[in-house]
Amino acid sequence: MKPAPFRYVAPRSVDETLALLAEHGAEGKILAGGQSLVPLLNMRLARPQVIVDINGIRSLAYIRRKDDHLHVGALTRQRAVEESATVRRQVPLLGEAIRFVGHPQIRTRGTVGGSLAHADPSAELPAVAAALDAELVVRSPSGERALSPGEFFAGYLTTALEPTEVLTEIRFPVLPERTGTAFVEVARRHGDFALVGVAAVVRRSDGTIAEARLAFTGVGPGPVRARGAEGRLAGSAGTSRVFADAAREAAARLDPESDIHATAQYRRDVAATLARRALELAWQRSGGRSR
Amino acid sequence: MSSDRVRATPARVPARRKRRLREPQSTMTIQFMVNGETVERTVEVRKTLADFLREDLGLTGTHLGCEHGVCGACTVLLNGEPVRSCLLFAVQAAGAAIETVESLAPGDALHPVQTAFREHHGLQCGFCTPGFLMSAVALLRDHTVPTDEQILETLGGHLCRCTGYQGIVEAVRAAARTWQR
Amino acid sequence: MPTRWFGERIPRNEDPRLLTGRGMYVDDVRRPGTLHAAFYRSPHAHARILRIATDQAKALPGVVAVVTAQDLPERIRGPLPKLIPHPALVHHKTQVALAGEVVRHVGEPIALVVAESRYIAEDALELIAVEFEVLPAAVDLEAAAKPGAPRVHADMADNIAAHHIQRAGNVEEAFAKAPHVFRERFTMDRGSSAPMETRGVVAEWDPRSHQLTVWDSTQAPIRIRNYLSDLLGLPQANVRVIAPDIGGGFGPKIMMCYPEEISIPWAAMVLERPVKWIEDRREHFVATNHERLQIHDAEIAVDADGRILGVRTTYLHDCGAYCAYGLTVPIVSGTTLPGPYKIPNYHAEYRAVFTNKTQTSPYRGAGRPHGVFVMERLMDRVARELGIDRAEVRRRNFIQPHEFPYDLGGLIYQDGVRLVYDSGNYPEVFRKTLDHIGYADWAAQKARHRREGRRVGLGFAFYVEGTGIGPYEGCRITVEPSGKVYVATSVGTQGQGHYTSFAQIVADALGTDVRDVIVTTGDSGAFGWGTGTFASRAAVVAGNAVALAAGAVRQKTLQVAATLLEARGDDLELAEGKVFVRGVPGRAVMLGQVAAAANPLRGVIPQEWEGPGLEATRYFAPPSGAFAAGCHAALIEVDTETGLIRFLRYVVVHDCGPVINPMILEGQVRGGVAQGIGNAFYEKLVYDEQGQLLTQTFMDYLLPTVAEVPAVEVDHVETPSPLNPLGIKGAGEAGVIPVPALVASALDDALSEEGVRITEMPLSPSRLREILREAQTAPTPA
Repeated sequence: MKPAPFRYVAPRSVDETLALLAEHGAEGKILAGGQSLVPLLNMRLARPQVIVDINGIRSLAYIRRKDDHLHVGALTRQRAVEESATVRRQVPLLGEAIRFVGHPQIRTRGTVGGSLAHADPSAELPAVAAALDAELVVRSPSGERALSPGEFFAGYLTTALEPTEVLTEIRFPVLPERTGTAFVEVARRHGDFALVGVAAVVRRSDGTIAEARLAFTGVGPGPVRARGAEGRLAGSAGTSRVFADAAREAAARLDPESDIHATAQYRRDVAATLARRALELAWQRSGGRSR
Repeated sequence: MSSDRVRATPARVPARRKRRLREPQSTMTIQFMVNGETVERTVEVRKTLADFLREDLGLTGTHLGCEHGVCGACTVLLNGEPVRSCLLFAVQAAGAAIETVESLAPGDALHPVQTAFREHHGLQCGFCTPGFLMSAVALLRDHTVPTDEQILETLGGHLCRCTGYQGIVEAVRAAARTWQR
Repeated sequence: MPTRWFGERIPRNEDPRLLTGRGMYVDDVRRPGTLHAAFYRSPHAHARILRIATDQAKALPGVVAVVTAQDLPERIRGPLPKLIPHPALVHHKTQVALAGEVVRHVGEPIALVVAESRYIAEDALELIAVEFEVLPAAVDLEAAAKPGAPRVHADMADNIAAHHIQRAGNVEEAFAKAPHVFRERFTMDRGSSAPMETRGVVAEWDPRSHQLTVWDSTQAPIRIRNYLSDLLGLPQANVRVIAPDIGGGFGPKIMMCYPEEISIPWAAMVLERPVKWIEDRREHFVATNHERLQIHDAEIAVDADGRILGVRTTYLHDCGAYCAYGLTVPIVSGTTLPGPYKIPNYHAEYRAVFTNKTQTSPYRGAGRPHGVFVMERLMDRVARELGIDRAEVRRRNFIQPHEFPYDLGGLIYQDGVRLVYDSGNYPEVFRKTLDHIGYADWAAQKARHRREGRRVGLGFAFYVEGTGIGPYEGCRITVEPSGKVYVATSVGTQGQGHYTSFAQIVADALGTDVRDVIVTTGDSGAFGWGTGTFASRAAVVAGNAVALAAGAVRQKTLQVAATLLEARGDDLELAEGKVFVRGVPGRAVMLGQVAAAANPLRGVIPQEWEGPGLEATRYFAPPSGAFAAGCHAALIEVDTETGLIRFLRYVVVHDCGPVINPMILEGQVRGGVAQGIGNAFYEKLVYDEQGQLLTQTFMDYLLPTVAEVPAVEVDHVETPSPLNPLGIKGAGEAGVIPVPALVASALDDALSEEGVRITEMPLSPSRLREILREAQTAPTPA
């Protein structure tokens, strides 16, 4: 399984990358970690004429706190995120979810930006971004724009990224105190893409849910926010009953597909189970006690 | 980090272009370290690192089991970290230090990890073994006393069809104790 | 003769080489001037080929040749050899080297490209244009078996390759009179052995000496040599086939005359340059034989005490597009099904059906998993229906230790021999298994788990495995003047440790160190008579040939040494690489010296030496198979909300007679269990309605990883076989055979409240939840 011929260039800066993408347009493809792209190249399912290898742009790999966001450079290796005490403390949802992404050998090369830009419908990081309303910073020749996950994820393996644009940074909000998060997933084997995954955020106000977020992966073309259930959770008491109802409601609104690994019914059912488990966990981690 | 020692073959730049852009190449001359020795070759850019190691350098210990990044048989160390060499192009290794299974036992004596695999029957057909060894070596270099969870997490990135894994797990646990590092 | 090595868990001779990356697998073979091959393969499940345009491909720089069927000589243009004929196999259809008129499965090769690199060869594939007339495909097994289904082979009236019945006793009468009859349908779906190393062929032709050398990732190098000789019109002596280090075989690599095995050597001869073809993983999924799909309708007749009166099964076997290998798998299913039980009346009837899918042939288990699945599920059913403990109902039906040899009443095994179990002790194997898993205590344990909200089940499954079948294998042993012993055998090795286990046998016989015994396997140039490694037979058949040859060399050694030491042969001993007079260690001579003395430069050698040297060649041809047995038991926890399962414990008690190297044996068992777990819960080849294989990568065809496979506790019982000098039985497939039955048994137990009855494999979390839901909403069975 050898890739079709291509030409290769390794820019040293984002500006240079943009210029190259402008030059080669739709024939060019960015190569970051390669863990998703290179299999496609090897199988000749992707046949870009020009590979733009951005792995040399070290300035795109960083984890830094700025105000109330953690700025993560798009080229930050997943392994760096996994090993970062800063991430664990400040964006625990990301720190928890990253351990489900493939295997250590994948995470050595795979990048945060790459996973998001690839937008696999069963990937973990898109759900994390969606649950946190992370900002995805995109640079183009005409400047920089920050997209919400809803704006960024456009469908099955599709994002709002134009061929001439580069995802440069992801800004994850550092959540206030008394906020708990949880990421849970079901996969056929450890390390596989999720059959269903859920990212939950719960902010507590005494015994009440002040605000909740619920984002699913594996149940649609991209990450799915359960806004209806979120609305109902806000202001409710933090009880098992409430979480179970919200989970059920969220799942009922999902429209997953059947494939060779799982039926739509399964995905919907398990989405409800995992949402319930994730909400319970997030609540406990917010300092709340389950009733 | 040290600069990329990538020398692009000279390109003709159209006069009309506003600035000089790096020109994408079909072949490149690259230089990097393999098993402690500097290597310089001219390669087609689409050649994978795995194929380069096997064909251009004759290091056939690294095996190809799937060429889509799942089985782990092609695992080598790049700057000390385990990577799937079937998902890297040789040109991407420019300036890096690559270690393959051949580096573990340069002489006649086996590396302690290899000895542990032998003693605990961690291999049968041997095809997946070099990949496992490299991941295990990287793990044990980073962790003097790896937890079972860490061991299983590392080994989870590899497929073996012969052993049922038990011998491999026991070998890595044993090597953690016997390898003085 | 004292044994020092046999039975020991010694580390393997071959490990240092493999561990240091110095193994030589087919892709590691490097010959000067090698060209690289790739195949244009059919994208359709069934189509007529109207036109093949190769000019553009030929014109691509770096392409040396593009070959289609019309370029092949007549000798290799038609159907390739039929391997194992059988009277019931009326339509013994086989594959071709390159399809020229019709393609019958996705992946069937149509054109061969030879180029300077595999990269260029794959580029050239994209320049080949084939015009097809797409035909309706027969995909679903049951649909394909019906009259009126699209015919895979146009010259047949339907898709039935064979219809075969095996009987013992009188089932009609037994069922008519039985107080209880239970019926069930069982399905096992397609799977692939998926070794880590795909297939590959390197061929080199020397036009001056007319020698063809082929490196082939095959389990049957000698037979491939014979077929190549025949098909290419070369003397056998001019063809050498080497199976070097093989990265796992598991059955599909015993298939002979894969298209590539013929076209690549031919291409090398024509181009007069070495040609290398290495199958990539996607190719492997469509081009290397599959197995496992069978649908059984089965019924069991029992009396009020659960004693079996009769068993009947009719089943469909999916051949795929061809059946070159023959009927081994369905025959083995039908003859494995009776298992350890006394079944006075038996009827096994199957139809082998062609479908427009990849061909099938044995994959580890080779039909035994199906037989065991059916029988063990039926036994559990009997237990449940009659309210008898499921262990007790088995005990009531076991063949007893004193009842061997046990004749199954006229069934014929895959070797064409009447099915007779040679030895065994099923009650003891069973007792040990239940003991280890804690069966006596289980009800209380299960209830404890339940109170904690955990659904845990205990399952077990028993099997009898026919091993060590003929026709024969051979061995030549030579002691060289260095004192080292060289062993050449006819079987190949794919990880089973023959370099060590065979050396252990020889080292015992000749009193040498096992590391001084160098074994060569899988090279037709080193040893030219044999069949191959398959069907759990290498240790038994080749191992016994090794033992016979070693014994002969030992005798010769004593003979020659007696002359040297001026002693009687009876007074001599072999140990530590020396021959010495018993009780007088000073009067000794090195083994190598004896070898040298046996080959004098001048003079006369005694008649009774029957030739020079310490060398002997022996064959072992078993009269029939040796029957191993075993039982697996496990505790499985089910998360009913997600359908995920987890093994809490896994126990194997195994009887393969005396064990040469327990470490190697346990490795075989553990590896087999892992594949069995794959068969039960992870691995399924999925075809769509058009015959497209949807699972062509490791992302969709899921092999268990370390996280999915439990630690396996192995214990043994040893009932030697009277059928061979070493008394051993085969073990290669033991790990995989009962796993689907075991998993089903455990899941039924874990989900007994819902009345779940697993009758299909493989499962998945999604399917398990479906089954659970169906059981919950089903009316209570009568």
